[in-house]
Amino acid sequence: MSAHDHVADPFLDDAVPPLPPPRRRIRLDREPAPVAEPNGAPQRRSRERRTGPPAPERMRVDRLSVLYGSHRAVKDVSLPIHAGEALALIGPSGCGKTTLLRTLNRLTETTAGATREGRVLLDGTDVEQFEVTALRRRIAMVFQQPNPFPMSIFDNVAYAIRVQNRKTPRRKDLEPQVVDALRRAGLYDEVADDLGRPALRLSGGQQQRLCIARAIATRPEVLLMDEPCSALDPRSTAVIEELIGELRRDLAVVIVTHNLAQAHRIGDKVAFMYLGDLVEYGEAVQVFEDPRAERTRDYVAGAFG
Amino acid sequence: MAATVGAPPPLPPVHPPEPLRPAPRGDSLRSWKWSHRLAFATCWACGLALCAVTAAIVVYMGVRGLQYLNFELLFSRPQPGLAQHTTGGILDPVIGTIVLTLIGIALAVPLAVAAAIWVVEYGRPAPLARAIESGIEVVAGTPDIVIAIFGLAIFQLPLFAPLSFTASGGGVFGRSFLAAGSMMSLIALPLVFGATREALMSIPAATREASWALGKTKICTIREILLPQIRRPIGTGAVLGMGRIVGDTAVVVVLLGATLQIERQGDVPILGDLRGTGSTLTSYVFNASPAGEGNAPQKAYAAAFVLLLIVLFLNFAVDVAGRRKEAGRA
Repeated sequence: MSAHDHVADPFLDDAVPPLPPPRRRIRLDREPAPVAEPNGAPQRRSRERRTGPPAPERMRVDRLSVLYGSHRAVKDVSLPIHAGEALALIGPSGCGKTTLLRTLNRLTETTAGATREGRVLLDGTDVEQFEVTALRRRIAMVFQQPNPFPMSIFDNVAYAIRVQNRKTPRRKDLEPQVVDALRRAGLYDEVADDLGRPALRLSGGQQQRLCIARAIATRPEVLLMDEPCSALDPRSTAVIEELIGELRRDLAVVIVTHNLAQAHRIGDKVAFMYLGDLVEYGEAVQVFEDPRAERTRDYVAGAFG
Repeated sequence: MAATVGAPPPLPPVHPPEPLRPAPRGDSLRSWKWSHRLAFATCWACGLALCAVTAAIVVYMGVRGLQYLNFELLFSRPQPGLAQHTTGGILDPVIGTIVLTLIGIALAVPLAVAAAIWVVEYGRPAPLARAIESGIEVVAGTPDIVIAIFGLAIFQLPLFAPLSFTASGGGVFGRSFLAAGSMMSLIALPLVFGATREALMSIPAATREASWALGKTKICTIREILLPQIRRPIGTGAVLGMGRIVGDTAVVVVLLGATLQIERQGDVPILGDLRGTGSTLTSYVFNASPAGEGNAPQKAYAAAFVLLLIVLFLNFAVDVAGRRKEAGRA
């Protein structure tokens, strides 16, 4: 059959070998990613800075407190999350960033003894009103450790697309969606030759991008990321940061990070948390260059945390 | 400072620094304390003795068994008879062993896996989960003869008459493959439960959260993510449980009737056999041995050898499964 195609196709000449599949260009291939110093004069890629009218508000956290037993991990936090922007949550360890993030898609309620006060709104509706499974398909999450399931690359993404464990749609019908998700996560060109490969054979950075592909496969509106680069090497980190820059055009990204330079590079808005309090929330430039609160100034200057 | 003229003074000879404590010159037995030598020798001796015992059992049973085992013995039905050459073969006990093991494991695996999943994945209220765990521990510790007697009491109830047969006076016999198989499942259940529970607990919480965060329900996560990962440990537990069932005698004697042949109840071919009584290799060995009624020690040796082969095969299967699992992890 393929031989027949070769004869029929006038554009395919034996003398001209077919071009290799296009590879996604990685920033580091040309120039090293600038490492912004948070306490110096920060250099930012200006094209990444979002310009134009303010983005629509996708989520709103309204006077939210989260308690583990009697320990108050998040205290009375209110902040908006805008579509088309990346919100970076920064702060020292144990200050409630991850708890706040996990509350947005109601993952804290799987922890025994966790209670919530206040409201989290998605498009004006309290997240409690949604079916939890439907909610988590709209608010996807990527974890700190790459955690693909021990199945093939294809099945990892297909599992996310399928509703619960229905067998329909079948593999064949899912393929366009799977490929699209992998492509948007910038992984497709690297794995296109064999989607049946076990996902655990991929490198750490590839695994994390597979997790991102899995998360964005259902076309969520919000993408939560819990230190997605902390287990990765600098090169994979750069790839994923670039990816986040592309993804946040379509969805709202909330990213928890310990890396101030990273928050500065990819965050449009930055929220600084300390001991469960939201100390400062604002434009990234403002928070890093002209912080209003004393604690923020000390933290971004590297004085504590 | 006066400059020295001519050849520079010879360097002082370099000595390697003295080690803080003298390096051991080979770890020889001679440098050991007496008590250590004794302990070492005892460990070796115990290990070798155990190997020798195992080898003795296998070799002795192999020699005696192979001496009497032949094709005809294996594939002819046992017959009641006074002389050795009229008592037939061991076909029925072999079939009985296989059938009983299959019934037992088929009942035990779903029960044990479901119970383990509930205990590990749900486990609320916690006191109930603890009660289940200790209940299964009690079952594991109960002697099989107690389980057998309990089973007899249960299956002689009129409610369970369809599982065995009803005598003309109206009394329920209470002995059949179905009755024995369901009690055998209790013997295998703790092993499968333990294996499943350990396997589930070894799966990190992050795996479950990853699935929940994709909008999957708990039950979907269990079916699609957790169960495929613990298939092999469940298999190992099931094979161990099969070994226990194969080797059990008490339940067979009490609940299977330990009749020489498989005796069908009613006319329905397979169901009738399952409602009927029979024997397994263990009960056959017991009956044929000088302790039993048959007094055919040669056939007992042959049957015991077959039993040993089955158990060795099951152990080997567990080994292979375990090794594959390690290879899969690496």
